Amino acid sequence: MAKYSVVSLIREGLRGHAGWRRAWRNPDPRPAYDAVIIGGGGHGLATAYYLAKAHGLTDIAVIEKGWIGGGNAGRNTSIIRSNYLFDESAAIYNHALTLWKGLGRELNFNIMMSHRGVLNLAHDEHEGRQLKRRIEANRLNGVEAEWLDAREVKSFCPVINIARDIRYPVLGATLQRSGGVNRHDAVIWGYARAADALGVDIVQQCEVTGIRTENGQVTGVDTTRGAIRTPKVASVTSGHTSIIAGMVGLKLPIQSHPLQALVSEPIKPLVPCVIMSNAVHVYCSQSDKGELVIGAGIDAYNSYTQRGSLNIIEHQMASLCELLPVVGRLRMMRQWGGIVDVCPDASPIISKTPVKGFYINGGWGTGGWKATPGSGHVFADLIARDEPNAIAAPFALERFHTGALVAEHGAAAVAH
Amino acid sequence: MSGYRLSDGGLTDRGTTLRFSFDGTAMSGHSGDTIASALLANGVRIVGRSFKYHRPRGLWGAWVEDPNGIVDVAWNGRTTPNLRATTEPLINGQEVRSVNAAPTAAGDRWRKLDLVSRFLPAGFYYKTFMWPRWERYEPRIRALAGLGRLDPGHEPAADCAQVNARCDLLVVGAGPAGLAAARAAAARGETVLLVDDQDAPGGALRWRGGTIAGSDWRDWAEDAVSTIKAAGGRVLFRTTAYGVYDHGLVCAWRRREAGPDQLWRIRPGRTLLAAGAIERPLTFADNDRPGVMSADAALRYLRLYAVVAGRRIAVATNNDAAYPVAAALAQAGADVSVLDSRDDSLAMAECALAVERNTLPSAALGQEDLTGVLAGDLRLEADTLLVSGGWTPTIHLWRHAGGGLRYDERLAAFLPEGGMPAMRVAGAANGAFGLAAALADGHAAGGDDGPAPPVGEGHASYAIRPAWPDPAGSGRAWIDQQSDVTVKDVALAAREGFRSVEHLKRYTTLGMATDQGKTSNMAGLAAMASITGRAIPEVGTTTFRPPYVPVPLPVIAGRRRGQLFNPPKRLELEGRHREAVAGLREYGGWLRPSWYGADGAAAIDAEARAARRAVGLLDASPLGKIEVIGPDAAALLDFECYNRVSTLKVGRARYVLMLTEAGIVYDDGVVMRLAEDRFIVSCSSAHVAGVRMRLEEWRQDRFDPARVFIHDATAHWATIAATGPKSRDLLEATLPALPRQALDLAHMAVTETALDDAPLRIARVSFTGERSYELSVPQSAAAALWDRLTAGLATLGGCRLGLEALLILRAEKGYPIIGKDTDGLTMPHDLGMTGPMKKREDEFAGRRALFTPQARGADRRQLVGLAVDESAEPLPTGAHGYAPSGGRRRSIGYVTSSYLSPELGRPIALALIENGRERLGERIPLVHLDATFEAMVTSPVAYDPAGMRLDA
Amino acid sequence: MFLIPCPYCGERDQSEFAYAYQAHVHRPKDPDRLTDKEWADFVFIRDNPKGVFAERWIHAAGCRRYFNLMRNTATDEILAVYRIDEPQPKVEPALPATPSGEAPIGSGNDAVKVVKPAERGS
Repeated sequence: MAKYSVVSLIREGLRGHAGWRRAWRNPDPRPAYDAVIIGGGGHGLATAYYLAKAHGLTDIAVIEKGWIGGGNAGRNTSIIRSNYLFDESAAIYNHALTLWKGLGRELNFNIMMSHRGVLNLAHDEHEGRQLKRRIEANRLNGVEAEWLDAREVKSFCPVINIARDIRYPVLGATLQRSGGVNRHDAVIWGYARAADALGVDIVQQCEVTGIRTENGQVTGVDTTRGAIRTPKVASVTSGHTSIIAGMVGLKLPIQSHPLQALVSEPIKPLVPCVIMSNAVHVYCSQSDKGELVIGAGIDAYNSYTQRGSLNIIEHQMASLCELLPVVGRLRMMRQWGGIVDVCPDASPIISKTPVKGFYINGGWGTGGWKATPGSGHVFADLIARDEPNAIAAPFALERFHTGALVAEHGAAAVAH
Repeated sequence: MSGYRLSDGGLTDRGTTLRFSFDGTAMSGHSGDTIASALLANGVRIVGRSFKYHRPRGLWGAWVEDPNGIVDVAWNGRTTPNLRATTEPLINGQEVRSVNAAPTAAGDRWRKLDLVSRFLPAGFYYKTFMWPRWERYEPRIRALAGLGRLDPGHEPAADCAQVNARCDLLVVGAGPAGLAAARAAAARGETVLLVDDQDAPGGALRWRGGTIAGSDWRDWAEDAVSTIKAAGGRVLFRTTAYGVYDHGLVCAWRRREAGPDQLWRIRPGRTLLAAGAIERPLTFADNDRPGVMSADAALRYLRLYAVVAGRRIAVATNNDAAYPVAAALAQAGADVSVLDSRDDSLAMAECALAVERNTLPSAALGQEDLTGVLAGDLRLEADTLLVSGGWTPTIHLWRHAGGGLRYDERLAAFLPEGGMPAMRVAGAANGAFGLAAALADGHAAGGDDGPAPPVGEGHASYAIRPAWPDPAGSGRAWIDQQSDVTVKDVALAAREGFRSVEHLKRYTTLGMATDQGKTSNMAGLAAMASITGRAIPEVGTTTFRPPYVPVPLPVIAGRRRGQLFNPPKRLELEGRHREAVAGLREYGGWLRPSWYGADGAAAIDAEARAARRAVGLLDASPLGKIEVIGPDAAALLDFECYNRVSTLKVGRARYVLMLTEAGIVYDDGVVMRLAEDRFIVSCSSAHVAGVRMRLEEWRQDRFDPARVFIHDATAHWATIAATGPKSRDLLEATLPALPRQALDLAHMAVTETALDDAPLRIARVSFTGERSYELSVPQSAAAALWDRLTAGLATLGGCRLGLEALLILRAEKGYPIIGKDTDGLTMPHDLGMTGPMKKREDEFAGRRALFTPQARGADRRQLVGLAVDESAEPLPTGAHGYAPSGGRRRSIGYVTSSYLSPELGRPIALALIENGRERLGERIPLVHLDATFEAMVTSPVAYDPAGMRLDA
Repeated sequence: MFLIPCPYCGERDQSEFAYAYQAHVHRPKDPDRLTDKEWADFVFIRDNPKGVFAERWIHAAGCRRYFNLMRNTATDEILAVYRIDEPQPKVEPALPATPSGEAPIGSGNDAVKVVKPAERGS
């Protein structure tokens, strides 16, 4: 892997950039691998990278139906934080946050990880108390968190209106300073390039159409580009997890919903951090290009169309204008939708399955992006060892049978 | 400086002179100008700078396709960022500023950035800025990026109305095809809604002209508009249909001449997309120089505003559509020469000007401004180069709706493919180029099988010979002018493997600027096709997403702001509460009194004491009043509730929990039985809608809907609760007509009577642990009842009771508030309510889940009280109890409610604590925001554990 | 926003309705006889097809009646509407050409490649 640096940029600049090589090869699938990862999104590519790097498993392939990063990886609002309420969630998201911190240098790809801070606003006393409880829960789990009163919120993020006579006054906020945003495409390409350099085959335009099993053990996958033999198949296909699991006859506690987002036209720096409001139900940050990136909640119904209802967008815009009235002179430039897998307890599934050699990583709901490196890291470990480690174990499928849910949705956290 | 205005012609009002400034320089224009036409008329060449290299940018287009003329406009004390100069009407007094430039577009201090552009290719930032970390570089890069500047001092009003409309046929675009279709449909009696983003009908006819049905096109267009209106239809100008949503819903942004913008949500029977086509650039070295302009735009500036783009004009084309432009500009007095990539064509043959055949520009000459054109060996002096690289049909809305595309080799364009029942495309958007073809296509699309109106001469030919970007070309040739993406960048993307059209877009930012690639996407994917040896349709397009043009956020938000944003529910008695100086806050969606009086803390304390010592009067109207009626009502409620309801005697009430199927406590409430077959579910105010839905689902699913009926009367009745040892006295004193038996009701009994001819329901239900009466009357009788009751308070030492005091009273008694003192894991036995799960053998919602390993397991978090020293401050709500665990602290639960009890004179607290009931008497450490505490685990009931006060 | 044909009130905007997930889910007759797993499956597991989905809606801001829709979750096209006590009607939807229906070129991600009944092979 030729190193990216300012030196290589200057060298190539002087010779017309003719020397740059493919960031990743685009191989045809081979007839057999030690493991096949279905899904070339963030979690899938991270899984492959850590399988190769941490477990020495390099004869593996990532099979992507379209182009890598084309699913939820390319459709999220790229918010990073780990201030979850429950111990189990905090563990995996904080594991991810730790990995995010050095990831750009590790992958030698600038993922533009910007730890600019995430504010969760409190609009009434009750919400304030809940958020403070979350702060302490976070601290007990080693997750950095602090409370800002209204004036401190104003000084941290001047665009926020802290007047008391508005519909949703801001009484204070939690701040996770190490939270922030990054550049989602760069993460994809960085992981792809690094995994490829370790020998992983990243196969695009190759859709899995079936999974072969014998005596309850995975033996291979059928794809639109031929059959592949493998003893291990890992589904990392959030949005379509149910479809892939259905190929081995598994039904999962997952429903697929649209989740929409949009961007404004670019403006000069206005929003210095990530702003999230559960009561007003909107979240917003500003990209390095200057666009406001705005998200809201999921559409209530199941759909795979990668688009959602207008009323969600209308409410989202009203929410943003209510929260930051100055944005009323901005324009929406583009809107889109992704498909999120939602579990009943709003926590993911990272699990072995009743089919030996078939592993599932999905059900991340609206919180998948921020977990990417942590998810890939523990999932690689699960695939390599066929046993979940302490971080992954609470997210096994069995929890729905035992009732040991990780009920983040009941925890009043904004789920993004 | 080369654009100028002719002494006559155009559609502007020359009688009105409008003053404006650009980058601080005073200028003038006319009413009817756009900012762009006025800039051009004033000879302004450089209207802005590009995003990345700060290259000078001139006007390319004359409408929404223009990528360059982005300006901040201050007017009337407010600044709006990122307006398109090409579409924004000129207004007297506008201060127009270029973006991406400081201090002015012409004198931008960052212009030298272009000198190092060779080190800043597509995606260069992914390869550097990693050490020591990105944040070191980010602030400076962010400051450079971004276009306009938002005025932080101005908050626009939420005044954009949203209009719902239906019609038989929606026609998008009032050009020849759209007008013909709308006219034909209206003539057949259909209700047509015709929308167009310009301010008059005609589309390209407005600058290209034409003869239709034997006379000037304007006569025909006028007739078409009258026909539409006569058939009951509407025509909306300055209205952009910008997106198609579910099931054919079309959204349109209407800019009214007077008054705020509007969002139109249109549900058409059918939609006809006749949005025309957009002219493409040609790709050659330095094709981004100010002075290089779309040929069609130049004609538009000439005809609509009488502005000539330059004096020495070269026209370069690969199709016939540029010839009328050349002829018109020559006629207007410009020195025009033509370069054509083709050997011959109809228009070329008829052209009176000199034409260089088989020739296209290889480079634009000049630095900040165009000075000439190089075409192979040929060197032309020119101050303006008008180009036409062909036309791209505007099929955005078709794609939003899910329509297919095919690549048409003859027209070198993607065209709509296949049909959709509710939408079709006509005119140039459908590849029907030229007036006659467009009219015929529109006429047929409007449902008329007969012949289309005949047209005059000279509109027939297109004859494009594709001229896609040449990857081997020398110099830097721009594809996306706003984002600075060149052909070399596309080649670099291909070299590095970013070959999917989506990777190309995301890696190079091609098409991601505010114009969303209207002029760049086709060239970009053609370049990628050529570099990677694929056909254009093999590369494909990126996804078309709404909006077609950027739409102001308030248009989408509408009037949902302030009190109209999630409007709180209002109490019938709100006026009475305000008169009593209530502090009003939102609880469970209702605006309710928190306390009465100016001093909140003192009021809460006094109210809580009064309820314990005398009587407090609470407006409890938001409490649920869901009537469940019918022979199966008891059975339905038995299923709905954790506690059995069917054993309830008529005239009695029972406290119940309701569980989810996962066994989690969903809500609590009181069920009253008014008759054998009539119950009222008084659930908590925040859960009324949810409980009603649950009941409805069980009813329709598991029961015979003819034998049980659900009526939610919550909003119809007011409920006033009198609570405290003197509550009976209050009723007796203020409601003398009340029957004795109502006063004598036992705890958890209910009766129906009447007061002043209005029905009155009285229930002995207590949320405070004190003797209490809940009086429910129709809303119309609420004020009179409240007035009578409040009149008696002072004599008895009672007072009005706000919600905050009530919360204290509840907590003192250990009465949990579902969702506050419970969470998404709490089961009934965690609240100590084990009776029904032990005794009930019949089925109820959530029952089975109470017997899973997790539900029966140890370590459940149970509701307990926490006691601290009498002199201590109350524990902070949210504080975590903890236990040491491997050198760390592990949370064992948290404080859910905590107050200073006025009656007990000491702090009280409720908490969900792991194995709480086994810890009674145990002291546990707590932590909250760095402070630590210690508390003793107690029963949740801190006050009157024996329940003696209920009948006191 | 869907345009939903309430069988009792006619076509109304989606904002008047609430979604109630999969239709034809029958609560077990005797939950006590179920294993923990079987009960959990009833509570938590629902179909999640890409294609035809029989689902339940309630006209919450209208007649407050539940009814069933058959909708193609790959396209959001409504294929049939019927009362909750009626059997599931037969429909012939356009279904994804492959499990995901990824369009063959470009991104195509907003329009799943579907095959109409007439085009489908045997």
